[in-house]
Amino acid sequence: MILLDRVTKTYNKNGQALERISLHVEPKEFVIIIGPSGAGKSTLLKLLTREEKPTSGKIIVGGIDYETLKDKEIPLLRRKIGVVFQDFKLLPNKTVFENVAFALEIVGMGNKEIENTVPRVLDIVGLKGKEKRMPEELSGGERQRVAIARAIVRQPRILIADEPTGNLDPKHAWDVIRVLEKINKFGTTVILTTHNQEIVNKLKRRVITMEAGSIVSDRAGAAYKG
Amino acid sequence: MSVKQNTVVFKRIVKTGFINFVRNAWLGIAAMAVMVITLTIILFSIIANATFANTIQQITDRIDVSVYLNDSVTNKQRDELINNLKGLENVEGVTYISKDQALVIYKQQNAGNSDLLTAISQTDNPLPASLQIKPRDPNRIEEIRTYLEKGDIKALQSDETSYSGDRKQAIDKITSATNFFRQAGIAGIIIFAIISMLIIFNTIQMAIFNRRDELTIMRLLGASTNFIRGPFIVESILYGLVSGVLSIIIIKALFTISARTLDASSLGILDIDYSDTYFKDHFFAFLGLQLVVGVLIGAISSLIATRRYLKFKSSK
Repeated sequence: MILLDRVTKTYNKNGQALERISLHVEPKEFVIIIGPSGAGKSTLLKLLTREEKPTSGKIIVGGIDYETLKDKEIPLLRRKIGVVFQDFKLLPNKTVFENVAFALEIVGMGNKEIENTVPRVLDIVGLKGKEKRMPEELSGGERQRVAIARAIVRQPRILIADEPTGNLDPKHAWDVIRVLEKINKFGTTVILTTHNQEIVNKLKRRVITMEAGSIVSDRAGAAYKG
Repeated sequence: MSVKQNTVVFKRIVKTGFINFVRNAWLGIAAMAVMVITLTIILFSIIANATFANTIQQITDRIDVSVYLNDSVTNKQRDELINNLKGLENVEGVTYISKDQALVIYKQQNAGNSDLLTAISQTDNPLPASLQIKPRDPNRIEEIRTYLEKGDIKALQSDETSYSGDRKQAIDKITSATNFFRQAGIAGIIIFAIISMLIIFNTIQMAIFNRRDELTIMRLLGASTNFIRGPFIVESILYGLVSGVLSIIIIKALFTISARTLDASSLGILDIDYSDTYFKDHFFAFLGLQLVVGVLIGAISSLIATRRYLKFKSSK
């Protein structure tokens, strides 16, 4: 599903963000990436969504080789990947319903279908009845769940979640993680970055540890160690 | 995408543009205020220029050349001269004033001066018959004079033409001054228009700059360029439409108020009555102009302003 082959990303002369990263993720896998700030986790995710281009190396996601990807095709790629950001990135001028519906409007889905789909997904993330709220009227946990609803509403084959629990209290953090597990069960490949030790330990999934731009360990069902 | 999908997307873009227009009202009001003011200034300068040009026209309309005929000139010679003059390219019209008419005019002009009236009544009518020649273009009045200076035509005249000496100097000064003001008026409109467009452009850029995060988020979600940009363009076009209509209303209101408050219909060089009539006569043209300018500036500036936030990172 995801293949990185000796990927290096250099921001400028001194800043080596990623150094010869090689990684393979199978379909339907749930992968957790951990590591201290500045280890290169976010850069890695930005390469996957083609927010950044690698300095060298090969990236293939869902059969698409990023080297041959044209600018025009980037939106099409992003429609296949759901992304949840730590800072939610909700559209401030749109209601909860509209924020989620936007992901479907992009792909040209008809109005009736959107009206059927969005409430179902809002129900999954526990936001039933809050369709007409604006993002500023919601708590952090609710906002993050809107962001997740938006990411999963298109039923992407890959879901990338960049520290989705970073701004949440433990109860809401677990709500979010449960939603991610549910989606993974439905067959979506999930890539999650987190700092939360408890989550890593309880999930017992494949854990990739990064440090200073390199992968230092990659183990199934691993526990968090500092 | 299919045709049906394209229609759905187009409707969606327009609808979102309208919704954003309503939701961003406060930001929009600031942008529209600037647009209204600048569009009003452009319209005002166009009307002021037309009024000014009209005043200039009235001044230059009074410029003519009088030819004083010898008493010995026969009717036949006179008619031939009139016909020849009318055949000249720069002659708009020729009016014949007979000796008797000249006397009547003279008496009218000097009605208050009994000495002059007595003096003239005691002699036989000393005033010559004359031809008043109206030039098409006061700048080329010299051509008429040159024609009149020809030997056989000169022989018919009792005096120098009116276009000579002090009067010639005065006419030349007026024509060069009016030429300057005409050009200055047009230059003024162009400068105003350019400055206004830059201001409006900048305002819309600022409005979009404030919402650049939205553009980036939509980009990350995989929205196509047109789908992101469309609503912004629709919104800016709406700003342009509303501002265009408002500027017309403001100008209309100004005329109504000034017509009511000013008894004298003239403010120095600006003839308000003429301005009002000019505005009324061209109302729909102005409305169209304001709408087209508003819509075009709105569309173009939002198109350019969104571009930089929609670029993909292509550097390695």
